[in-house]
Amino acid sequence: MGCGTSVGTETQGQKVKTDESVVKTTNPALTMKAAVLIQQWYRRYMARLEMRRRYTWNIFQSIEYAGEQDQLQLSSFFTFMLDNFTQLNGNGPDLISQLLDPVVDPWLDRESSYSQILVPDSYTGPRLSFPLSVSDTNALLCAFKEQQTLHAKYLLQLLYETKKLLKQMPNIIQLSTSYIKDITICGDLHGRLDDLLLIFYKNGLPSADTPYVFNGDFVDRGKKSVEVIILLFAFLLLYPDHVHLNRGNHEDHIMNLRYGFTKEVMQKYKTHGHEILPLFQDIFSLLPVATVIDGKILIVHGGISDETDLDFLSSIERHKLKSALRFPRCSFEQLDISQSYRKTKRLKSGNSSHSSSNSSRNQSKNQKRSNQRNTQRGLRRQESNSSASSSSSSSSSSSSSLCSPRTPSCLSPHPCHPSPSLPNTVNIQHMPFLDSLLSARQPSPSQRREREWKQIVDILWSDPKTQEGCSPNTFRGGGCYFGPDITQKLLLQHGLQLLIRSHECKQEGYELCHGGQVITLFSASNYYEEGSNRGAYIKLGRELVPRFYQYQVSRTTRKLTLTQRVRAAESSAFRALKEKLFSHRSELMSGFQQFDQNNTGVVSVSDWAEVLESVLRLDLPWRTLRPHLCRLAADGSVEYNSCFEDMGTGVSLPQVTPNLAETLFRFRTDIEIIFNIIDKDHSGLISNEEFRQTWRLFSAHLGVDIDDRAIDDLARSIDFNKDGSIDFTEFLEAFRVVHKLDSKDPHLSGK
Amino acid sequence: MASTQDGNDIEALQKKIRATFKTFDYSSDDTVDIRAVGQIFYLLGCIPSQKEIKQFVAGVKDKHMDYVHLEVFLPAMTQVLLENKFPSIPEHALLQAFQILDRDKKGYLDSKELTDYMTKQGDVLTEDEMAGMLKLFAENKDERLYYKDEQKRARVMRPSLYWIAQ
Repeated sequence: MGCGTSVGTETQGQKVKTDESVVKTTNPALTMKAAVLIQQWYRRYMARLEMRRRYTWNIFQSIEYAGEQDQLQLSSFFTFMLDNFTQLNGNGPDLISQLLDPVVDPWLDRESSYSQILVPDSYTGPRLSFPLSVSDTNALLCAFKEQQTLHAKYLLQLLYETKKLLKQMPNIIQLSTSYIKDITICGDLHGRLDDLLLIFYKNGLPSADTPYVFNGDFVDRGKKSVEVIILLFAFLLLYPDHVHLNRGNHEDHIMNLRYGFTKEVMQKYKTHGHEILPLFQDIFSLLPVATVIDGKILIVHGGISDETDLDFLSSIERHKLKSALRFPRCSFEQLDISQSYRKTKRLKSGNSSHSSSNSSRNQSKNQKRSNQRNTQRGLRRQESNSSASSSSSSSSSSSSSLCSPRTPSCLSPHPCHPSPSLPNTVNIQHMPFLDSLLSARQPSPSQRREREWKQIVDILWSDPKTQEGCSPNTFRGGGCYFGPDITQKLLLQHGLQLLIRSHECKQEGYELCHGGQVITLFSASNYYEEGSNRGAYIKLGRELVPRFYQYQVSRTTRKLTLTQRVRAAESSAFRALKEKLFSHRSELMSGFQQFDQNNTGVVSVSDWAEVLESVLRLDLPWRTLRPHLCRLAADGSVEYNSCFEDMGTGVSLPQVTPNLAETLFRFRTDIEIIFNIIDKDHSGLISNEEFRQTWRLFSAHLGVDIDDRAIDDLARSIDFNKDGSIDFTEFLEAFRVVHKLDSKDPHLSGK
Repeated sequence: MASTQDGNDIEALQKKIRATFKTFDYSSDDTVDIRAVGQIFYLLGCIPSQKEIKQFVAGVKDKHMDYVHLEVFLPAMTQVLLENKFPSIPEHALLQAFQILDRDKKGYLDSKELTDYMTKQGDVLTEDEMAGMLKLFAENKDERLYYKDEQKRARVMRPSLYWIAQ
């Protein structure tokens, strides 16, 4: 227990006699000492519990944000695909280009086909009639409680109507409390229908008497994002003056690709998903970015930066920023130049400053370093990997809709340089866009665009910090960390008194900081794990003093104690962490072996921690976590092989090299998304050729050294029917990491 | 589990202090809220009183803000550990403490008894802390803290095994 030192010093005299007869008498001094002892024990126990809770939290958050950084990878992979291949499948514009670079401006109306859709008599779900009435929203509530899905026809109509409405709204909504009762403000929901219904139950449905502001992140991660967003849009249409939605960083089609919303839509709307998704994309970019109450309280999803300017923010054409993860549009001319720039890079394939045995992490490692070196903020974006040798057989000039002449403005994620010939020493992996644009002589429209982009990204992605100042948010890869002085300055500048934001999960559902000037509000309870956190909402009356209401959705009827909840969350966190370790096995092993040249199988704890830190790039207290992750030898050194002991693979793997296997483990989710997109008819099958092409692209982009033959062998081995198609679900099953010590009931596996 | 502290191994001590500090450094800028200082003490195996914590905090906190910077904290805490200012409690002493409070020798304390002691004597618990303590023992439906029964005691009273003194 702790630093086992001698007991009974002067200050903490614990001279407790074991003789029972003495104890029987009520000696007040003794009683007091006993009480003190118990109090001290309790405080320490709580401190330890809190520490466990804290690092469990750290684990979840680190993995979550690391995932978001992988997200940038995925997005740049899509870009890479678009740049290099027109279509994977020759039948017209494929979903990827449609999803990522629709030719149509979100402001313009898309063709509405919903009127043609026939709803079968067998459909027992809600049949909405527009304009909506209370009976429609009630029908939706009932239907969703009973696990029904809204028919595509009505969903489409709902979306078209929502889009029409949102177009009329300004970037910043101004609300007043004068004629209404309390305003209710909710934070992140992330597809948790239960939480939304609980809020409605406790607080009342939205109405003229019960106005609501929802502060972004309605979708992704939770399983009922579709239902949540339908309800929010329905109430928005029903009470446009009393329901207000702010955009969050997950109201972004690229985030949706990775975090589940796209998948959920495709699963629930197999036939019409391809029409529904672009509509969501439009709507998300049309959502207002901020709400102000009585000119005194600012509500945004993420936060602010030292450059946030509400007046400038009001003037932006917000619909132009479809995704925070894509660089703002360049003019066509600049795009032309950037094309040749990329061609030049590709020819100089030997230039990459990372070694050939690289994987994504090396790239992000370099990026992180260069990011840290730069004081300027920049989203980490991966350039097209110049080691794409095999796939550049199609010339880069046969580009897709990306650079079609008919689009006056094209999207380009790459910084634009005026000169195509660049010195060899240019770091092509990461170019903070600010740097690149400053160094290039850019015409002012692009500078303005870039300023606009930054304004919105800051609003959607920033986090508060305790220290003063404003620094790049390297954890998230976008937005800033803003200090209390930044908050103070902005509030003063605009005559505000409070900033309410969301974006971060908080154990109690809300948290105050910056001397009470900033409130973080989070409304998805049990976000990481059953029992991990509560959700909360705020009510504001005319006096503008926030009142907090907390809740927690409970799936189990048995109430868990604090210790049990901490234990459960902790166990879940460690599972996730172990999976990470397993999927980086070969790199970790080579790291360990560098410290263990004599092959003794052990390394010191320090070295062990160092290897983990550098390979996984998760900022976690490794020493504290070590007991959960691996064993010690008798002399206190770490037996590093034990890190991977109780993890295994799903079914027996086809014969693959460890390198390939690990990449598959690591990017399983991403690969699944890509397959789902390619699989247009949602049959669960893709052709061998599609598989090969996709895989080749993916590995080329990541710079993973896998030769074509290995991929061909892989394709052939998983084509079990030998009919030329691959059941990719089955394929992916093989690459799901399994915990060998899994017990049926996590609560019983007491630790 | 607990290794004896070698007073001369300052580096090891400091590594431990840093690691614990980091757990509470929520914004990753080498600072912790002053409210976390007490917890850091406990996690490093020291049991100061509330007053002693306050005194320590007063000596290390930032002049204007309610946080402590690692630069200041580290030497001060190293000193504390080296001098072993606030030693920890061995488990048998805890058992005896309960025995003393359990006047009727029932083998347990009920929640009212416990509340009385904890909020009126010694280093009194705050209302929140008391509520927390009771919740901790809510595993027992009858709200009794059994301190003698080995099984029950083990479940409730054994401190976390996950802290390793490195």
